Amino acid sequence: MKPAPFIRHVPKTLDEALKVLAEVAPEDGRILAGGQSLVPIMAFRLAKPAHLVDINEVEGLDRLHSDGKTLSIGARVRHGAFHKNVVDNPLGKLLTFVGHHIAHYPIRMRGTFCGSLAHADPSSEWCLVSATLDATMIAKSARGERTIKATDYFQGIMSTALAEDELLAEVRLPLLAADAKFGFNEFSRRAGDFAMSASLVTYTVKNGKIADAHVGVGGAEPSPRRIAEAETALNGQTPGDAAFRAAAEAAASAIEPLEDHQTTGEYRRDLVRAVVRRALENSQS
Amino acid sequence: MSAPETKGTGLKWVGRAIRRLEDPALVRGQGHFTADLSATHWVRFVRSADAAGKIVNIGKPGGKMVITAADLTGVKKITPMLHKFSYRPIGQPILADGVVRFVGEAVAAVVAPSEEEAEDIADLVEIEIDATAPLTDARDALKTGAPQIHAEAPGNIILEGKVKTPGFDAVWDGAAKTIMLDARSHRQNATPMEARAGHAVYDAASGRVTLNCTTQMPHLMRTAIADVLGMPESDLRVIAPDVGGGFGQKMSLCAEYVVLVWLARKLKSSVAWTEDRRENLIASFHSRDQYITLEAAFDKDAKLLALRADVVSNIGAYSCFPTTSGVEPLMAMAEMPGPYDVQQYQCLARGVITNTCTMAAYRGVSRPVITFTLERLMDKAALAFGIDPVDIRRRNLIDKFPYKSAMGLEYDEATYKETLEMAVKAIDVPAFRARQKAARAKGQYLGIGFATFSERTGYGSPAFAARGMEITPGWETVHLTIDPSGFVEARIGSSPHGQGLRTTLAQIIADEIGVTPDIIKVIHGDTDTSPYGWGTFASRSLVISGGATLIAARKIRAKLIKIASHLLEAAPEDIVLEAGSAKVAGTDRSITIAKMAREAYTQTHKFKGEIEPGMTESGTYDPPGTFSNACHVAIVEVDTETGHVRMEKFLVAEDAGKIINPMIADGQVHGGIAQGIGNALLEEIIYDDNGGILTANLADYMPPTAREIPEIELHHIETPSTQSITKAKGLGEGGCIGAPAAIINAINDALTPFGVGIDEIPATPQRIRAALREVEKAARKTA
Repeated sequence: MKPAPFIRHVPKTLDEALKVLAEVAPEDGRILAGGQSLVPIMAFRLAKPAHLVDINEVEGLDRLHSDGKTLSIGARVRHGAFHKNVVDNPLGKLLTFVGHHIAHYPIRMRGTFCGSLAHADPSSEWCLVSATLDATMIAKSARGERTIKATDYFQGIMSTALAEDELLAEVRLPLLAADAKFGFNEFSRRAGDFAMSASLVTYTVKNGKIADAHVGVGGAEPSPRRIAEAETALNGQTPGDAAFRAAAEAAASAIEPLEDHQTTGEYRRDLVRAVVRRALENSQS
Repeated sequence: MSAPETKGTGLKWVGRAIRRLEDPALVRGQGHFTADLSATHWVRFVRSADAAGKIVNIGKPGGKMVITAADLTGVKKITPMLHKFSYRPIGQPILADGVVRFVGEAVAAVVAPSEEEAEDIADLVEIEIDATAPLTDARDALKTGAPQIHAEAPGNIILEGKVKTPGFDAVWDGAAKTIMLDARSHRQNATPMEARAGHAVYDAASGRVTLNCTTQMPHLMRTAIADVLGMPESDLRVIAPDVGGGFGQKMSLCAEYVVLVWLARKLKSSVAWTEDRRENLIASFHSRDQYITLEAAFDKDAKLLALRADVVSNIGAYSCFPTTSGVEPLMAMAEMPGPYDVQQYQCLARGVITNTCTMAAYRGVSRPVITFTLERLMDKAALAFGIDPVDIRRRNLIDKFPYKSAMGLEYDEATYKETLEMAVKAIDVPAFRARQKAARAKGQYLGIGFATFSERTGYGSPAFAARGMEITPGWETVHLTIDPSGFVEARIGSSPHGQGLRTTLAQIIADEIGVTPDIIKVIHGDTDTSPYGWGTFASRSLVISGGATLIAARKIRAKLIKIASHLLEAAPEDIVLEAGSAKVAGTDRSITIAKMAREAYTQTHKFKGEIEPGMTESGTYDPPGTFSNACHVAIVEVDTETGHVRMEKFLVAEDAGKIINPMIADGQVHGGIAQGIGNALLEEIIYDDNGGILTANLADYMPPTAREIPEIELHHIETPSTQSITKAKGLGEGGCIGAPAAIINAINDALTPFGVGIDEIPATPQRIRAALREVEKAARKTA
């Protein structure tokens, strides 16, 4: 469990980081941020990058700020930053609530929000947040900058739209309506384990009816995504058990479940049904 | 020294929860572990990625040192032996020789100046194998025409234990009701916090090799390695330094350690290997992979009349040394009847070879599996008779002692019924049933499960001899010395690695010779400095090494009294030893033990040849064995939508005889229950169809974390053992023996409204949901 040999680069500025990344990317150069996924993978030698571009000393990437419409999260912002409410908006509470479900305390002190998105594990809580809330990703490279919509960004298990020379420099999350409700639920066999299914929901209530429902499901498919069928089942309905059950059933039917040796597609649908309904129930309280 | 003084209080050290003498160093990070040692050479084992096949070629990178079976000329195979039960000896080559038999089998050893470089080189070794279809499941390996894994073992059967009591058929045929259970225990890994590690260093001056390694039995490792390498045992010193848990996984000989000693001699240097977690999960020892079909015959009053068991134990690719792969199937056969009064018994117990990692002992050895099976069957029977699970146990638990089991085991006095009643009262069953009913109305499914069991502990050589073992463990020796400075050393053959024996033995000695535990050092784990012994396993050390300690301490006590009687000119019967001195009762005359000890070395002329010089005595103890017992109660909530089981509470009423240190005893029970929870709900080694392991890290192989362990409430009864001179019984394994049974019974109790049965451990959420889904589907059909 010792990594294969690699060269670590420690740039101090973003330009320098992007320049080094452009140089080493063709030789399997990778960004090292919190290292909570990459380092174990390297220890198992499942990844053997020849170069690591360590961005932990790059100025400016630790920026976390809101312009009143979106919350911008820089590449060095760690999970633990969200233990506190970072923005005066329901989004702040949402991030605090969801963030506490990420692994264990030491991991949250080191791992980063953007690193989680770059790694794109299907069960990542932050990937689910980004997909559910229609986040915008800011990718930077020596070639320039581009924005990527969440629906285009996630491309399967640990696969994203980022090019090999691109750094996910920032993620922008739209603030929620002031009266927005949210709910989250995930299932794992042990506390802190990767979620076997998770759901995040947000909506508002207009004239007693659900509006602008977002129902995200993670951990159940190769990438997290909004489930249109479940949102349709909610919009225009009175919040409550009947609507929540209908949405949960719609989500369970709509997914193309991941299967493995222990977990059948049927079981994954069982979990999705449970986590979506429970996320919706949580949104009430 | 944190222990309080006893002077003048009349208190004894035995029976008190003094803090462990081991802990100050360990909690400060001052312990000595094998992996802390530096070495000139580091080894990385290249392991087979195929489960079965012929080795066609081993491609070695140029200029690097890569050892294979071809290099190990003259090195013998590890070939453990039993002389009973149609045991067929099979040999394990130190490195795979021509064929591979499981994924993870070591094929080559790379030697390099650092661990990192060794791993880099290992990546370049190309093992070409002509792979064949593997057998990973024991029932598949038993099928007619299945490939034969070892030529010496036709039908892939390594041993077959059979027993049938003479009156069995008549009783069976006359029974009012029979109940059957097909139980399945999946494969598990003991997962000690410290994986294996070895460090061998050659000493040019003496020609000896010193091997530090993570073992539970250093003396046996020395004997075994010397045998395999054909070297004098005196040329090998084995040290078990601080060892981070063993749970049985570290009581078998590892081929890897043989390679290290061989390399140290060849290179005349130091050679080290530290196993990583992945290797530990795929290539260290596994356990508990069993199918048990158990049938029970009852009379009309639910009194158990006869038991019939068929045990199929998957023993993996090789047989472990020294116990052999009989360890699981023969334990299952011997102890299946458990705490119940049943005089008719039939059993077939087979050990089956497969293309999987070798099976060895793991805390509880089969008893977690047979207890889960028998206790689940008792609950099924209670349901069939329409009586309460507690009631069926009341009708059948042994209550007359000594009791001779159908297998001929003699049970000493225990408290099967008393612990059951104690647990029933403490958990308040009626209150729980009311709460359960109310919860069900809200769609919440709570369940309660009971497990009563016996735990044979502290058994000496006669018990092991009954298995026909070529290597028959059992006795222990202790050398106890008061040195000329008045401090006390106990050199023991046991090899504690977390059990707190340095503390508990010191408590026993302190009471006997009238000193405080803080001046007593217990020295263990080094073949150069401790007497030959069998190490620490099988809930034996406090009983056997503790008994040997007491014998030695009594001899020292007698000697001190004799010396005091000389020096104080008093009758021996008037001498009292306490608080570090010998006193003449009713007078102010006294002499310190330290002064007497010094004179025993330096003033021997005073004793006129009537007292042997020095102050060392030996004790050896080889007891027949004594049965601990307990009743475990689990309360769980089953989430019927996800299949998740939440542990709400765990309660134990146990009897392990005289308790030497209540805090250490409670810790043993707590730790065992934590492992039992893992066994019941979480932990499973899974092989795919190609014989590859899908659970090779601690995200996929899931020991419980602190968050999965509920509140544990302990109650004790202390029935002094008549089969143990300290009156103590062993309790190292009980926690994990009872926990899976109680938890599975609780899950089934919770699921009673659905009419499903979970007869499999671990009871994963996937399995629970699969069972419930069947019921839901059937309900939809009828609707």
